[in-house]
Amino acid sequence: MSIPTENKQTENIGKANKRKYFLESVSSKLFMICALLSVITLVLIIGFVFYKGSHPFVVGGYSFIDFLFGTDWVPSEDKFGIFPMIIASIYATIGALIIGVPIGLFTAIFLAEIASTRVAKIISPAIQLLAGIPSVLYGVFGLAIIVPFLQNTFGLAKGQSLIAVILVLAIMMLPTIVTVAETAIRAVPQSYREGSLALGVSHIGTIFRVIVPAAKSGIMTAVVLGLGRAIGETMAVILVAGNSLIVPTSLTDSIRPLTTNIALEMGYAAGTHQEMLFATGIVLFSFILILNFVLAKISAKGGN
Amino acid sequence: MRDFKDNLLRGLLWLSAFLSVAVLLMIVGFIFYKGMGLISFEFIFGDYSPEGGGGIWPMIVTTVYTIVISLIIATPIGILAAVYLHEYAKQGRLVRIIRFATESLTGIPSIIYGLFGAVFFVTTLKLGMSIIAASLTLTIIVLPVIIRTTEESLKTVPASYREGSLALGNTKLQTLYKVILPSAMPGILSGIILSIGRIVGESAAIFLTAGTVAAMPESIFSSARTLTVHSYLVTQEAGDIELAAAVGIVLIVIILAINFSATYISKKLNKATNK
Repeated sequence: MSIPTENKQTENIGKANKRKYFLESVSSKLFMICALLSVITLVLIIGFVFYKGSHPFVVGGYSFIDFLFGTDWVPSEDKFGIFPMIIASIYATIGALIIGVPIGLFTAIFLAEIASTRVAKIISPAIQLLAGIPSVLYGVFGLAIIVPFLQNTFGLAKGQSLIAVILVLAIMMLPTIVTVAETAIRAVPQSYREGSLALGVSHIGTIFRVIVPAAKSGIMTAVVLGLGRAIGETMAVILVAGNSLIVPTSLTDSIRPLTTNIALEMGYAAGTHQEMLFATGIVLFSFILILNFVLAKISAKGGN
Repeated sequence: MRDFKDNLLRGLLWLSAFLSVAVLLMIVGFIFYKGMGLISFEFIFGDYSPEGGGGIWPMIVTTVYTIVISLIIATPIGILAAVYLHEYAKQGRLVRIIRFATESLTGIPSIIYGLFGAVFFVTTLKLGMSIIAASLTLTIIVLPVIIRTTEESLKTVPASYREGSLALGNTKLQTLYKVILPSAMPGILSGIILSIGRIVGESAAIFLTAGTVAAMPESIFSSARTLTVHSYLVTQEAGDIELAAAVGIVLIVIILAINFSATYISKKLNKATNK
């Protein structure tokens, strides 16, 4: 009597176990698929942008060199040269870095090393919140305040200019740089400070010779993140750039960077014109890859 | 000489901090000063009218749609992906590739996402300029954020929890949803809230995928504009700084609310799990 029940029990347990193992293996497969989705989307994005963007050069017979170094962008006349935009993007980014990085870094040092805890406790979270403000609003501010200011101060016909873009981007990257760099500086072990101060180095000397070098990799991350925000920014830049298709020769020239070219014309572009906008996207993409690579190299060298 | 240099540097530190705070205060002050006059019940809850004077309710609804749809898709995928990376996968080449892809996705500027969305979702999948196309694009944008924050919070779950649960005879799956996910919840939630902030602030990608129709969306397949896009368009087309700033106030209030709830929730949950 007892033998068949036992058999039945083991059978039931076996069934339950089978179901359990089945669930386990199905779920782990499902999890893997979810994780692979980010790889798939990345491949799709790169694939689509490069496929579309390379089409006119591979099939359409356009010259990629002319595209990169041509100075005329007249889609209606089949002229696609983005040299002015490349230069505009480079100038605007470098300019924003020159202004934004020192101010951001110094603010971070001030908050972490000089300000009293009470002051830092109010200012740091406030700056962190500002990192979350939609970038369009920085553009609105730029157009309403910075542009008229430049116009009046320098007597320009048009305040929308390279310097306006630089200022807006520099302000926009401030919260990111301050927040990340402050965290990095605060992470430097207290013993470094004490050691340096004990050797008779002044407070300021300690900050610049010991603490900042020790926090270098975190500071570099802050710069890269701020840079990413500046290069990719589109809508805020459109508002203050002026959109002239010239190679900028002075800070007060009106410009059209790569990102704004895409956003302004994507709405109505078709055919080769649209593909050329994807090609503009490729250039922007490579731009970001190169900059990240260079900065990674610099920080690796600094680490040695 | 050393004193001079020290004082100079100290002065620069004070000056920079002052400049940063002043400029950032100025921006917020400017938005509130310019826009406050327009803020009223009618402005926030009224329907839009092309002749001006109308409200921004359609844009608020559109923004909420994009948040809800992209989170419904991105949250489960992101959490499960992080679970795979941290709990299931053998740390090898596959994981390295997935991590690299996730990190690279974070660095892509939103205008490129917009280009991709405009061709893939709008044209290839024939969704047209629509809320759904924009939401799918936003899903890709926030996915890395959710994966990273979830993974970070999975790292904080002590190994002893897993071992205890497995030793009691729980399967890996049971351990996951009864033990690991509940204790990682605060981190996961703050990741989701961060994503909401990212979605609310996004403009370029939405501009290229959802279009600019200023009307109450009939369904998620209609073209519509979000708050940020509205703020951009009224500035660019009409030069209406006041209106743009008023929309800006709504945006800033939303962002503040999101941030405070994130801090609040994670504090609450941290207390609950520590008990």
